[in-house]
Amino acid sequence: MGKITGFLEIPREAPHKEPVAARLRHWHEFEEKPSDEQLRAQGARCMDCGIPFCHKGCPLGNIIPDWNDLVYRNRWREAMARLHSTNNFPEFTGRICPAPCEEACVLNINNDPVTIKTIEKSIVDHAWDAGWVVPQPPERRTGKKVAVVGSGPAGLACAQQLARAGHLVTLYERADRIGGLLRYGIPDFKMEKRHIDRRMEQMGAEGVTFVTNAHVGVNVPVEQLRREFDALVLAGGATKPRDLAVPGRELKGIHFAMEFLPQQNRVVAGDRVAGQLVATGKRVVILGGGDTGSDCLGTSNRQGAVSVHQFELLPEPPKDRPPFTWPNWPMILRTSTSHEEGVVRDWSINTKRFSGDAHGNVRKLHGVRLEWTQDGGRPAMREIPGSEFELECDLVLLALGFLGPEPDTMLAQLGVKLTDRGNVWVDESYQTSVPGVFACGDMRRGQSLVVWAIWEGREAARGVDAYLMGRTFLPASPEL
Amino acid sequence: MSARSPRWLLDPRTERDACGVGFVVNVKGARSHAIVEQGLTVLRNLTHRGACGCDPLTGDGAGILVQIPDEFFRRECRSARLAALPAPGSYGVGMVFLPREVNQRNECERIVEKIIRDEGQELLGWRRVPVDESAPGPLARQTLPEIRQVLVGAGRDAAGPAALERKLYVIRKRVEQLVRSSRMPDSERFYVPSLSATTIVYKGLLLPDQIPAFYHDLADPQFVSALALVHQRFSTNTFPSWDRAHPYRFIAHNGEINTLRGNVNWMHARQAMFASPLFDDVTKLFPIIDPATSDSGQFDNALELLQRTGRSLPHAVMMMIPEAWQNHESMSAAKKAFYEYHACLQEPWDGPASIAFTDGRVIGAVLDRNGLRPSRYVVTKDGFVVMASEVGVLDIAPENVLHKDRLQPGRMFLVDTEQGRIVGDEEIKEAMAARRPYRQWLDQHRVRLEDLPAPTDVPPAFAPDTLRARQQAFGYTIEDLRILMTPMALNGQEAVGSMGTDTPLAVLSDRPQVLFNYFKQLFAQVTNPPIDPIREELVMSLETTIGPEQNLFEETPLHCHQLRLKSPVLTNEQLAQVKALDDGHLRAITLPTLFPAGAGGPGLRQALDALCARASEAVADGYTILVLSDRGVNERNVPIPSLLAAAAVHHHLIREGIRMRAGLVVESGEPREVMHFCLLLGYGAGAVNPYLAYETLRAMETEGVIREVDAEAALANYRKAIDKGVLKTMTKMGISTLQSYRGAQIFEAIGLDSEVVQRYFTWTASRIEGVGLDVLAEEAQRRHDYAYKVSPALDGDLDAGGQYQWRRRGEHHMYNPNTVAKLQHAVRKGDYRIFKEYSAAANDESRRLCTIRGLLKFKPGHPVPLDEVEPAREIVKRFKTGAMSLGSISREAHENLAIAMNRLGGKSNTGEGGEDPVRFTPDPNGDLRRSAIKQVASGRFGVTSYYLVNADELQIKMAQGAKPGEGGQLPGHKVDQYIARIRYSTPGVGLISPPPHHDIYSIEDLAQLIHDLKNANDRARISVKLVAEVGVGTVAAGVSKAKADVVLISGDSGGTGASPLSSIKHAGVPWELGLAETQQILVANDLRGRIRVETDGQLKTGRDVAIAALLGAEEFGFASAALVASGCIMMRVCHLNTCPVGIATQDPRLRAKFEGKPEHVVNLMLFIAEELREIMAALGFRTVDEMVGRVDMLDVRDVSAHWKACGVDLSQILHKPDVPAGVAIRCIQSQDHGLEKALDNRIIALARPALEQRAATAFELPITNRNRTVCTMLSAEVSRRHGADGLPPDTIRIKFTGSAGQSFCAWLAPGVSVELEGDANDYFGKGLSGGRVVIYPPRAATFLPEENIIVGNVSLYGATGGEVFLRGQAGERFCVRNSGVTAVVEGLGDHGCEYMTKGTVVVLGRTGRNFAAGMSGGVAYVLDEDGTFELRCNKGMVGLSPLDERDETTVRKLIERHYELTRSAVAWRVLSGWRETHKRFVKVLPVEYAKVLAKQHLDTEAARLASV
Repeated sequence: MGKITGFLEIPREAPHKEPVAARLRHWHEFEEKPSDEQLRAQGARCMDCGIPFCHKGCPLGNIIPDWNDLVYRNRWREAMARLHSTNNFPEFTGRICPAPCEEACVLNINNDPVTIKTIEKSIVDHAWDAGWVVPQPPERRTGKKVAVVGSGPAGLACAQQLARAGHLVTLYERADRIGGLLRYGIPDFKMEKRHIDRRMEQMGAEGVTFVTNAHVGVNVPVEQLRREFDALVLAGGATKPRDLAVPGRELKGIHFAMEFLPQQNRVVAGDRVAGQLVATGKRVVILGGGDTGSDCLGTSNRQGAVSVHQFELLPEPPKDRPPFTWPNWPMILRTSTSHEEGVVRDWSINTKRFSGDAHGNVRKLHGVRLEWTQDGGRPAMREIPGSEFELECDLVLLALGFLGPEPDTMLAQLGVKLTDRGNVWVDESYQTSVPGVFACGDMRRGQSLVVWAIWEGREAARGVDAYLMGRTFLPASPEL
Repeated sequence: MSARSPRWLLDPRTERDACGVGFVVNVKGARSHAIVEQGLTVLRNLTHRGACGCDPLTGDGAGILVQIPDEFFRRECRSARLAALPAPGSYGVGMVFLPREVNQRNECERIVEKIIRDEGQELLGWRRVPVDESAPGPLARQTLPEIRQVLVGAGRDAAGPAALERKLYVIRKRVEQLVRSSRMPDSERFYVPSLSATTIVYKGLLLPDQIPAFYHDLADPQFVSALALVHQRFSTNTFPSWDRAHPYRFIAHNGEINTLRGNVNWMHARQAMFASPLFDDVTKLFPIIDPATSDSGQFDNALELLQRTGRSLPHAVMMMIPEAWQNHESMSAAKKAFYEYHACLQEPWDGPASIAFTDGRVIGAVLDRNGLRPSRYVVTKDGFVVMASEVGVLDIAPENVLHKDRLQPGRMFLVDTEQGRIVGDEEIKEAMAARRPYRQWLDQHRVRLEDLPAPTDVPPAFAPDTLRARQQAFGYTIEDLRILMTPMALNGQEAVGSMGTDTPLAVLSDRPQVLFNYFKQLFAQVTNPPIDPIREELVMSLETTIGPEQNLFEETPLHCHQLRLKSPVLTNEQLAQVKALDDGHLRAITLPTLFPAGAGGPGLRQALDALCARASEAVADGYTILVLSDRGVNERNVPIPSLLAAAAVHHHLIREGIRMRAGLVVESGEPREVMHFCLLLGYGAGAVNPYLAYETLRAMETEGVIREVDAEAALANYRKAIDKGVLKTMTKMGISTLQSYRGAQIFEAIGLDSEVVQRYFTWTASRIEGVGLDVLAEEAQRRHDYAYKVSPALDGDLDAGGQYQWRRRGEHHMYNPNTVAKLQHAVRKGDYRIFKEYSAAANDESRRLCTIRGLLKFKPGHPVPLDEVEPAREIVKRFKTGAMSLGSISREAHENLAIAMNRLGGKSNTGEGGEDPVRFTPDPNGDLRRSAIKQVASGRFGVTSYYLVNADELQIKMAQGAKPGEGGQLPGHKVDQYIARIRYSTPGVGLISPPPHHDIYSIEDLAQLIHDLKNANDRARISVKLVAEVGVGTVAAGVSKAKADVVLISGDSGGTGASPLSSIKHAGVPWELGLAETQQILVANDLRGRIRVETDGQLKTGRDVAIAALLGAEEFGFASAALVASGCIMMRVCHLNTCPVGIATQDPRLRAKFEGKPEHVVNLMLFIAEELREIMAALGFRTVDEMVGRVDMLDVRDVSAHWKACGVDLSQILHKPDVPAGVAIRCIQSQDHGLEKALDNRIIALARPALEQRAATAFELPITNRNRTVCTMLSAEVSRRHGADGLPPDTIRIKFTGSAGQSFCAWLAPGVSVELEGDANDYFGKGLSGGRVVIYPPRAATFLPEENIIVGNVSLYGATGGEVFLRGQAGERFCVRNSGVTAVVEGLGDHGCEYMTKGTVVVLGRTGRNFAAGMSGGVAYVLDEDGTFELRCNKGMVGLSPLDERDETTVRKLIERHYELTRSAVAWRVLSGWRETHKRFVKVLPVEYAKVLAKQHLDTEAARLASV
């Protein structure tokens, strides 16, 4: 219900951030905590739509109007419950989700959208602070055992749902810590890792066993899992990075983003990383204009890069939303907090080759500018003659996206069917071609957002539960 | 009836009739043939109140009831050589309709003779009634019966007139029963119009003129009587039926019995307790109510029973139609006691009714409690009384008139020909009231709930530990708490919503639904009016009694030993009091209504059987109050759906014949919203205790969700909201007392199988089959599982619901983020491919079922090339946008739709808010912002002559899909300067549209309004908008006969600016059902060829239109889709004025955000047409006309996999009536409106100089009641030629002499001044648009004008301007919804100045009750000579004060003018004593209006001062 005329009276107010100079000096989150009053006022802007497009815009189906209203009414605890009813980990999504909900917000048609993401984060932070987030162990155990492989957001969500449904869940992670990309892909300044640790604690109390350094198909035999568990869920992510096959790629100083980012996270976590790959004092080029690229950017600046360039193959998107896009996600120029911290961005650039010094270190990027045209409805690129250029650099980070799950180990051993795009094929209940084996998250969907991963984990848990019990009472948030 | 009961959508129980009724009587009882002739003259002069079917020579029936002319029969018997007749009064004559076929006729006669002998009476012989078989119309001739009279001599046990009549009664009942149960194929043709020793009925399927031509007897000079009761019928359809003509044996009825189903059920239930010393065997009379007759016939049956078993006729009538006594401020205590006592015996037969009744000795008439039918009478100096629906039906010299009056609401008028005098209402009723010490009996026996001892055993108010699980087990949703219950608890009324509903029918939903959702409320439209429960509260009552009844034929103190409740919603404490009852007579027992978890359908059936058996035992054990309780729900016990439990026990006890020995109370966790309570009461519960709803509210208060009020107040508010909601729902059907509503089953089931319906919801309409007990059990089990099987770690929340707002895990909506976004992208880009994506999403019911049309598919046709199909540009001319008023939507949005539809050649609709005249001229770029369709709704806002002439179609809105049976309200904050100007109201003051059109209480009234509008603009089509419900087809048939050019069948789901949520969700049925029914009935009656059929209600795609066309629609309306194309994103906040896209708002900040363009709407329409073309090509239709009604091209999809939908059977919808080849299935001709006969043709000719040259013109003409709607065509001419301002005052002056017909001077234009010497009928001055009317009695009259009635009911309805001076009294509802007229009158009936918004009214006499109800503007000055006015004034919205100086001047001037124009003696008297008399005036001024006026005054003062 909100305040009926709230949107007419109250302007949007996004949370304040620590100044760039200050936040570059540390690895912590830098968004200031809004006051309850400010949050309530922002919640009051929600119009409680007959069709809440935000609720569709959110992959998880977060019931946004409900908790906006509850915040407005100062009913934080219920807001937390309503939020948790669709989202196991709102503190993750409240920090790192690009918020398609806000794009879809009805106010976004001709006004500024509700600060949904901030409200989400605040609700769950408030709940943790108040000690309301406690384990919810099931009343009865079913005696069924499920193994979940991969502890990213999909695996975590799936495991938590299954545990609450009464099953005994073991979560396998090949890395030394739980969390997948959340742990080692997302820099701490975007999401501090204590959030994962707290959730692990909760899940442990709910009946989830965590096994790390367990690379299923490598050091943990698939057969063992099939024997010991009643069902198996594959949530290993889409970790195969897209490479750039150009001359000079082999030079030193050209790395995948996922070689670069995890090391810093380890350091922040207190690990000692020998020979850490750092941007300190370097001229950095980031190839790829997406979120991973941004994370590389923020990390490089914090490490003390001399300069950072970020190049994107595609043309520069418009600043304003093109017509006929609302409520869909529009292709517009987005400026992340990392961008605010200093970068040279450029678009329509193709990297032709790299050249290096005598030691085999990269020294230059050789690029060319592109012109994009429409070819029968499909975009086509053409190099602009004479636009070739060179850029001196010491570190090149490839943030060009991911190609899908790694097919060779676990998947091959299980013999699950893959889709044309190389993802794991599942039926409507998230069951793979192998009975009793389920898949979800990026492993099924291909690379995507954390919100989608959590949603997939939850939906797959329903499939598993129904498979084990004949029917499931786990909540669903069906896609339209 | 079973023979007529169909495989298709006609339900014969839905036939409706109404009509004209009248009588002539010699008060002294002197018999003459002249009386018979006068009766026939009255009948002829009521011809226009009846109707003809497809055959213009066949009427709907007419007849006459007279005293038996003894000498006539004596002569006839002699000449026929029959046995000589015994003394007058010791023989009876039976009028008998027999089958024509000889063997069957003989068989019938043998039965009659046998029963006469059986009953010990003497058969004197048969007389063949001489008739002219060529007189009736062709259709009537097809079913012409053989008509004979049987003469019966008094025999055993028949000494004395009453005893003989009783014998004749028994004989008739037994004969009827025997013939009906025989296997005779034509048994339906057998009918006994009358069998009596005093009266005889001549009637048939005839027009009034045909009656004397057909029945030779009536012309015989020896055919004499002292009274003649006549009736002319207007039936909604034309199934030829001779027996349904009136009069019946005792009555002729104009109106309708709304509570019929309940009344019949209760009568049936009571039968078992009947016992009378007057009858050896009461069962011979069974069935008391003849199931084959009409509602009037059944009323007659019941009245006859009461009369024959010992009560006097007036006594019986008072029991059937009691006055509104509960809230009557001035009724005597004895009379109240009489009614209160009799309320324990029998519920009222409720509905609009003017009933004329006679037993041959007394003759009288009574009006329903709300005065919804007209009855005027004249008493002459030479001892006659003429009463009729209209005045002027018999020429009576003015100097012979002693007194002219009208029947008043609830009042009785009686002539006793034996005593030779008129007996007044007071005298009759006080005499009745004094028959027994009713008050004393009540005081001693009737138990009032509030007097019971404080309860000892009250369950805990609130058990938080188990609350959530129980809420889940009963299917509570988040929405139930948040959207439904919280507003009730806070505000004491149901919440309002908007934009209709687009969720699946319960039977098609994937989700478990509560049983309540399988029912839809029925509502009144056309054939009877809904009531306004707020403004007309005085006729409403929620009081009810529960407990055992006694033998209806007796009167003992024990009869009223019942428990009396003020409200049917019991608190926990009250329920505990009821449960503790044990006074030897009232004894309560609690029966659990639970079944074991996991037991499924068989378990549920077993539990129901056991429950019914226990109920029977309990009654046998002497328990008189059965409490059905589902307390005790837990892991093992599932609640039986409360409605199923209540209805099962109710019908079981009826079948067992013991229903009346106990009352039913429901104690359940299930009911929570208004509809739930309505259903429980409607299926027999006397009271309901919603314990879980109470607990839920307490929990919400404890948790702080509800803060504004404490728990007790929240509960009290909630009960108040339910009470109001139940009242509201009753009034939608026009029912005013809960006692009549109880058990009346005013619902239609959608999606229940016939086993469930027949067994538990007996007699409920259910037309598409559906789920059985197995599924109902499964649904209960799923809820139970959710409550008790889900790990508590997961069930923190209730189910999302999603009925009111879209939720991903909630109910499916057709308008959802996908479809809305795709539609908007498609029309804005003009991209048909995106539209196809949209329509694919909207049409796709492969995954989720939603609508009936989703279950249909096209049969393969013989495709034709797409380019041979008529172009989209042609097709869109059939398209219309929905009626959305300026006011509910913004000016920008409103004009956008109009421009778009005008560009296409389609039609937009004004809605009910009037239209700015600047829109009548085109814009410079050629766009036209004028709406082709002008709506005429109950509020009549801005309906002027000029508005009406600027239309291509005039639409009478009888009902609206989102809230059929209800009026509307435009909140003050939406009434800005602009809206107020167009609506003729005051900015900032809210506006009310009454639930009924106050000029349409029945079908013949609708015919009258159609006639009026055709006069107001003969170039416009007249359309009538109805909403689908069972019986809508029958109403549509009536509409066709009433000569509408178009009938619109709206679905239940349509959008709205504001409507109570229970109306949006639970009233009406989908258009597929209503349209199919309409098409079938119109075709079967051969009425389809003269009317076009339109449909709307969530039409979204070309596929929807194709299905609508195949089901029978020629034209198609789109409202929500057009709004979505204009930018609407289904916020559903239209009622809050905060529409963020500038559509449903008047807030200038938001209106500025409107981004819709006419192109968007144009694209939508063209896309839909294009998609339709593709379907047409595939099916092989080149034009839409070819496909109209081609239901044979539709087939049913296979949905056998769906757990609920698999039971649905659509064969009734797909039925195509079997009719001869020539019968049209689409409109092929236009209606004959008969305007060439109108008096206005002459008037226009005479007024030509004025019309053409604006030259002053004056002339005189005589007038009669057959001249209806006089001066309206003239006014249309004035408006067309001279615009809104018309002519200068007095340019055309006309003087009439006589009794003017209905709607005299409707929409009289400025510049026309009319004088009438005589009187006028109902609807005088409706819509008066600036002209002046003066009416005074004939100069030769000797009666006192101020004591006599001069104009009928509902004068000046919706008038916007002009002046009226009336020397005499007006009927009920004078100046209803007046928005500008200045009127002076010398007294008036009830509900004066109701809903008035502007204008000035001076009343120089007494007003009726409920004056100024809903009056939001204007001012009235009432001369209150005896100081009692305040009692009769409804002060809900107005304040009373003495006149100030300015008032004094105003009033005095008006009275002076009144005197000048009418020579009124009252005016003279008042003026001559002005010093004193002016002090006796009371000024009636609406409170809100006064505030606005005061502010305006201050503002202008401030402005003036500032400028100085």
